[in-house]
Amino acid sequence: MATKSLKKLGNDLAQSNKQIEILSNGIFKTGELPTFKDKISETSQFPIKAKKLEILQINVGYMCNQVCDHCHVDAGPDRKEIMTRDTMRQCLEVIKNSGAHTLDLTGGAPEMNPDFRWFVEEAAKVGITDFIVRSNLTIIRANKKYYDLPEFFKKHNVHVVSSMPHWTRGKTDKQRGDGVFDKSIKALQELNAVGYGMPGSDLKLDLVYNPSGAFLPGDQVAMEKDFKKALMDDFGIEFHNLFAITNLPIARFLDYLIASENYEDYMYSLVEAYNPAAVENVMCTNTLSISWDGYLFDCDFNQMLELPVNSKSRHISEFNEELLEGRNIVISQHCYGCTAGAGSSCQGVVA
Amino acid sequence: MSKPYYDAADLRKFGKITEWSEELGTKFFDYYGKVFEEGALTAREKSLIALAVAHTEQCPYCIDAYTKDTLQRGITKEQMMEAIHVGAAIKSGATLVHGVQMMNKVNKLDG
Repeated sequence: MATKSLKKLGNDLAQSNKQIEILSNGIFKTGELPTFKDKISETSQFPIKAKKLEILQINVGYMCNQVCDHCHVDAGPDRKEIMTRDTMRQCLEVIKNSGAHTLDLTGGAPEMNPDFRWFVEEAAKVGITDFIVRSNLTIIRANKKYYDLPEFFKKHNVHVVSSMPHWTRGKTDKQRGDGVFDKSIKALQELNAVGYGMPGSDLKLDLVYNPSGAFLPGDQVAMEKDFKKALMDDFGIEFHNLFAITNLPIARFLDYLIASENYEDYMYSLVEAYNPAAVENVMCTNTLSISWDGYLFDCDFNQMLELPVNSKSRHISEFNEELLEGRNIVISQHCYGCTAGAGSSCQGVVA
Repeated sequence: MSKPYYDAADLRKFGKITEWSEELGTKFFDYYGKVFEEGALTAREKSLIALAVAHTEQCPYCIDAYTKDTLQRGITKEQMMEAIHVGAAIKSGATLVHGVQMMNKVNKLDG
């Protein structure tokens, strides 16, 4: 189990250009597999264009209390990139003036940003009603200062979306670290106790499933049924929806695929499962990702690959919704991850 | 020098069997796809049956395919191994139940 980020370890794959190089060469360079651009061109879906902005996904920092095997952010306790209050103020200006109706906070563990609560309170003041926090659950149990997070989330009617790779301890801890399962269960019970995830409750609690290895997620509906039954039978836990998300071949997951000699097979699986219908609704068409230092990206994955938006408006300080709408989405082979099978997004399947 | 009889990458080419006999190949794949759809049995139950049968048939391609398929469905390794034991139990039972035939023959010849 990893305890340090690739960046801290000085691993080549901590460099985004090295990742792009791997994704562009090999089986895609030789033509053994079609590039993503060629594939979507077959169905006349190139270029993918941004539609109206609906969701602002803000990455408030790469620091995390966990070091998960699959993490596309390469997050961990040793990452120091943290969004400042000044950048948050700029985000708030944009929220006030843009048509986006959903604010989606992610990280790292977003709660570890010292201005996290301030940001949530200020965003609530400017009228954001659909407010997502991507919480890893264990943060709630990590330190006394986080124990009241369920109450804080409830106060601001935050929609909590949490990772939970499996309903068994073994598979969860293998991916996310020893002890993660037990802490996650405790955190879910505490969220249930304040009303989160209960049938009919407005306090939304959704779980994210992503596979623990080099395989694609199964059917989201069937997985949700299995998760609900197991978590209820074993721990009396309720939640609303399960989002099945495909692991994209970047950062730590790419490192794992290469080290375990699964990279080519995995890319084959993604390409074979390519679904043109999923391309229609990929999340980059209605979402904008903002990095800890205020730069704009088509999605959180492009942010990690340092592929900036294809627009003159590249930083939150020069945000221009008109310029951004209709822009061509920046793509590479990792995009196959969002178009496999029923598709994949931060909100689960898309087709 | 020696090439193995089985190459894992050949599984990806399975679909090509239709190229030399299109009608039969297509009918087979249609049938195959239909069999594994959710029906009176769940797709998950069918996947576990397939995994067990893949082992009794000792088909390396099928083992690769259904190991991955069961993993994708969230099936645990303990469940996978138990499924294989079901197949193994039937295989060994099928061997041993013929022991009765042997016993009958012994009793007839040398009883």
